[in-house]
Amino acid sequence: MSSEQGSLATPVAGINGSTNGHAHKHVRETVDAVTIRFAGDSGDGMQLAGTQFTNTSALAGNDIATFPDFPAEIRAPAGTLAGVSGFQVHFSASDIHTPGDDLDALIVMNPAALKTNLKDLRSGGILIVNTDNFGVSDLDKARYKISPLEDNSLNGYRVVRVPVAKLTRLSVADFKLSPKEADRCKNFFALGLVYWLYERSMDVTLKWIREKFAKNPQYVNANTAALKAGYNYGETVELLPVQYQVAKAKISPGTYRKITGNEAAVLGLAAAAQLANKTLVYGSYPITPASGILEGLAELRRYGVKTFQAEDEIAAIGVAIGASYGGAIGITGTSGPGVCLKSEAINLAVMTELPLVIVNVQRGGPSTGLPTKTEQSDLLQAMFGRNGDSPVAIIAPQSPVDCFDMAMEAIRIATQFMCPVFYLSDGYIANGSEPWKLPEVAKLPKIEIKNATEPNSAGWSGPGHENGDEESKGKGATFLPYKRDELLARPWAIPGTPGLEHRIGGIEKQDVTGNINYEPANHEHMTHTRAKKIENIALTIPDLEVTGDQDADLLVVGWGGTYGSITTAVERSRKRGLKVAQVHFRYLNPMPKNTEAVLKRFKKILVPELNSGQLNWLLRAKYLAPAEGLNKVQGKPFLVSEIEAAIEKMVK
Amino acid sequence: MAATSTPLPTLKPDDFKTDQEVRWCPGCGDYSILAQMKKALASLGMPREKIAFVSGIGCSSRFPYYMNTYGFHTIHGRAPTFATGLRLANPDLQVWVVTGDGDGLSIGGNHLVHALRRNIDIKVLLFNNEIYGLTKGQYSPASRLGTSSKTSPGGSFETPVKPLSLALAAEATFVARTIDLDVQHMVTTFQKAAAHKGSAFVEIYQNCKIFNDGVFEYATDKSVKSDNLLYLEHGKPMIFGKDKNKGIRLNGVKPEVVEIGKDCQIDDLLTHDESNEDATLAYLLSRFAHDTDKDAVKPFPEPVGVYRNVRKPTYEELLDGRIGDAIAKKGKGKIEDLFKAEDVWTVS
Repeated sequence: MSSEQGSLATPVAGINGSTNGHAHKHVRETVDAVTIRFAGDSGDGMQLAGTQFTNTSALAGNDIATFPDFPAEIRAPAGTLAGVSGFQVHFSASDIHTPGDDLDALIVMNPAALKTNLKDLRSGGILIVNTDNFGVSDLDKARYKISPLEDNSLNGYRVVRVPVAKLTRLSVADFKLSPKEADRCKNFFALGLVYWLYERSMDVTLKWIREKFAKNPQYVNANTAALKAGYNYGETVELLPVQYQVAKAKISPGTYRKITGNEAAVLGLAAAAQLANKTLVYGSYPITPASGILEGLAELRRYGVKTFQAEDEIAAIGVAIGASYGGAIGITGTSGPGVCLKSEAINLAVMTELPLVIVNVQRGGPSTGLPTKTEQSDLLQAMFGRNGDSPVAIIAPQSPVDCFDMAMEAIRIATQFMCPVFYLSDGYIANGSEPWKLPEVAKLPKIEIKNATEPNSAGWSGPGHENGDEESKGKGATFLPYKRDELLARPWAIPGTPGLEHRIGGIEKQDVTGNINYEPANHEHMTHTRAKKIENIALTIPDLEVTGDQDADLLVVGWGGTYGSITTAVERSRKRGLKVAQVHFRYLNPMPKNTEAVLKRFKKILVPELNSGQLNWLLRAKYLAPAEGLNKVQGKPFLVSEIEAAIEKMVK
Repeated sequence: MAATSTPLPTLKPDDFKTDQEVRWCPGCGDYSILAQMKKALASLGMPREKIAFVSGIGCSSRFPYYMNTYGFHTIHGRAPTFATGLRLANPDLQVWVVTGDGDGLSIGGNHLVHALRRNIDIKVLLFNNEIYGLTKGQYSPASRLGTSSKTSPGGSFETPVKPLSLALAAEATFVARTIDLDVQHMVTTFQKAAAHKGSAFVEIYQNCKIFNDGVFEYATDKSVKSDNLLYLEHGKPMIFGKDKNKGIRLNGVKPEVVEIGKDCQIDDLLTHDESNEDATLAYLLSRFAHDTDKDAVKPFPEPVGVYRNVRKPTYEELLDGRIGDAIAKKGKGKIEDLFKAEDVWTVS
C-alpha cells in the first residue's frame, strides 16, 4: 500500500500554490501504490472524475481497485452532508485486492465533502480543497461553525488551497457558457490537477471528452480547456514540491479492460447463454445496486439477450421462470428487498425443478435499509427464506472480476441440476472495479444442455400411470417429467416438442410421473430428493483451497465480496511473521466436499463478515466448528487494518 | 404457426383429455368451459404441443391438469407473468392463461393490467364466479354489493371491479364476454380469441354451485336472459329483448335503452364496431350492469360477445423488431466481441 509514500519529513500545511510553490525544490518520487478519493456534491461529477482517473491509471499499466460511494438521494440539497458523493481509486505497481484503507490524497469540492471524508485521510496526506465553496452558507450546510481552513484543524495534512470554481470559470471564459454550465467543468479542472500530481497522461480523458460531447463542440472545448487548465495550474504554480510516479504493475500478459462486478456479471450471463446456445431472458425491476445488470443486458440484444423490465419484483421472477419453462435461460436480478418479494416464486422453481438464476446484489438491510451501501446479510435469507424445506444452490463471487466466472457458473449449475441458483454479489464488488484479462473463448467452461426430445419411458401411459401402476406399463411410450438422471436432475422438455406434453405446478409431485400427489410417504421422499439433488452439486464444484500457512493454528474464513480485504490482511499478517491460513467460500450451498476436513485441521477459526455472523452461524450449525466472528454492519467494506487487528488478537 | 409443410393433425375434442381425474364440484360451470375449450382447440387444427395453458391458484387454475397440452399451474395471481416469460422464450406457442376473479383481479390485478397493456400475445380466460371457491366461500373483488359471505356478514360493501372495464382501461386489444351455459357462444368466442394476435381477455360468467349459486341466473335462465343480455355482433345494430324490439342508442355521450318503432328506428341505434381503434364505446358498454340497472325503468342489458378486437403490434413483435434492428446495425453478436470494451490495453 502507500504508507511508504510520505517522504516529506514534516507535513506542510497551507501551501498556497499561487505564492509559495516555487520556494521548494521540485522532486519526483516513485511510490508503489497510492489511494486517492474525489469527494464533492452529488452534482459535482466526482464519479466521473474518479472513473476517468481509474481508466487512465489502468491504461498506464497499474493494477487498480475502485470504490464508488454515493448517497441514495440522486440530488440531495446541494452542499449538504447527505449529498456527498465520493469515488476512491487505489492504483499500484504491484498486485492489489482492495480499494485501499487510508487515503494518500483527498480532493474535496465543498465543506460537506471535507467533513465526511477527512477521517479517512492519513496523517500527512495531501488535501486539495476547492476554496471557492467555503462561504458562510456552505459552512453552515456542513455544520461547521468556523471554517476548517482557518482554525488550524487541518495542520496534520498537506493542504493545497485552490479556488477551483474561479479558475475553472476563467479557463472556459472564451466558450460562451452560462455560469452554471461553466461550473459543471469544475470536476475536469480538479482532475487535471490530480493528473499533474501523479504525472498521468491526459489523453484518455481528452479522447473521452471529444466522444462524449461530439454533438456539442463548445462543451468539448470547455471541458478540454478546464482539464488542461487544471494540469497546467499544477505545473505552473508547482502546487506541491513533489510529484508522484506509480510504475506499471507486473501482471500476466494479455489484453485487459477495467470492469465492475455488475459489468462482469452481464458478460458472464450473456457468455454462458451463448455457449449454451440459448436465449437469455432477464426479468428485473429496477433496484439499487442491481439495476446496472438490467441496463447492461438491455444493450446486448444482438447477442440473443431479451431483457424485460417488469411491473414489479414478482413479475420479474415470473417472467424468468416462465422463460425457463419455455426453454430459455431465465434469470431475475434484484437486491434484498426484491428477494423478499420473490420468495414464493423461487419455491415454485424449487418444486417444478426448473433452471433459474436469482441475482442478488446485496445492500444494507433490513427493509429499504441502506440502498447504496454494501452488506453481506442476505446469506441466511437465501438459505432459508421460503416456506417448507426448500433447498436452493447458493454461490457468491469474491471480486469484481470473479463476477464473470460465477455468473457463468450460476447458469451451469441451474441448467445441469434443474434448480434455482442464488448468485450473491454485493454493492461493494458490483460497483467496484479492477482490471480484467479478457478470456479466451476457447478456454471458457462448456455449458452443455440436453433438452428432452423423446419419450423417456416405454411403458406407463393410460389411466394407471397416475399411480405408476405396473399394469399400465407397456402401453406406449410416454414422457415422465420427473424421471431423474444419476445426479437426480429431471429432464427439461421444451413446450413445442411433440409427444412430451406434460403439466407441472407447485403442488407436490409424485416422483417420476410428476402427477399431483398428496401421499405422506411421497412428500417425504420428494423432500429428501430435492435436498439430495442440491447436495449432489458438491460433486461438480472445486474443493476449498487453503492458502497461507498450512500449519497455522488460525484459519480465516470468508465468503463473497470480502475476499480482497481478508486476503490483504492475511498477506500482511504473514509478512509480519504471524502464522495464518485462509479459505474463501464461493460456493455456500452446497459447501465444497472438503469443508469439514478443512475446518477440523485448525484450532481457531475467524470468520469476518459484513453481517452479524451468518456464515459463522452456518459453520457452527453444520460442522460444530469453533468459529468466531468479526462482524461489521456499517454499510462499508472492511478496512484491511480491522481484519489484521482481529487476526493478531486471535493468534496471540 | 401453421407455416410448415407437414400436414396438420385432425384432432377431436377428446384428444385434449388427460388421464387426470377432474376434481371440480358436481355442477360447476368449469366443466362446461373445459368441454368448450376442447371443442374450440380441436377446430383450430393446431398440434397439441404448440399449445400451453398457464394458470394461477384457485378452482379455475386446475384447468391445465385437464388439458393434454403443455401446462403450468403456477402461483396465486402471477400466471400472466409466467405466460409472458413463456412467450418471450418460445414465440411459436399459443399460450392461454386461466384465472379467476380472485386470482386475476385481486392478488394478480397488477400483472393482468400490465400484460394487457404490453399486448403480450396471450389469451386470458377469467372464470368469473364472483366468489372465492377454493378457500370455501369468501367474497371476491368481483362480488356484487351486498354479497353475503363468510367474510362479508351482512353483505359486502366494497365496490366490485368490472373486469371488462378494467381490461379496456388497460388497453387490451381483444375483449370479450361469454357465459358458461351458452356453449356455442363460448366456442365461437374462444375461436376468435385464438385467432387474435395480441392480448385477448375473455370474461366467462361461471356459476359456483356451492358458494354463489344462481348469481348469473338473469343471464342463463331462458325465460329472462333475452331481456338481460345484449349479444354483440360486429357491424350489426345493438338490438336485444325477447321480441328483438329493444336497442341501444347514444344520446349525446350517454347510452340509453330505446324501443324500436316507438322511440326510434333501427338506423338510429348504435352499430357495434369491434374494430374501432377508440375504445370509448366499448368502455361504455362495459359499464352496463344488471345488478345496478335492473330496477331502472329501462334497464340496460349486459353485453356479451366481442367488445373490442383491434390489431396492434405485440410486445414480442416489437422486441423482435428491436433485436432485428440491432443485428442489422452491428451484426449478430459473437462471443468474442462481447468482451471488448472501448478502452482495452495489452500487457506483453
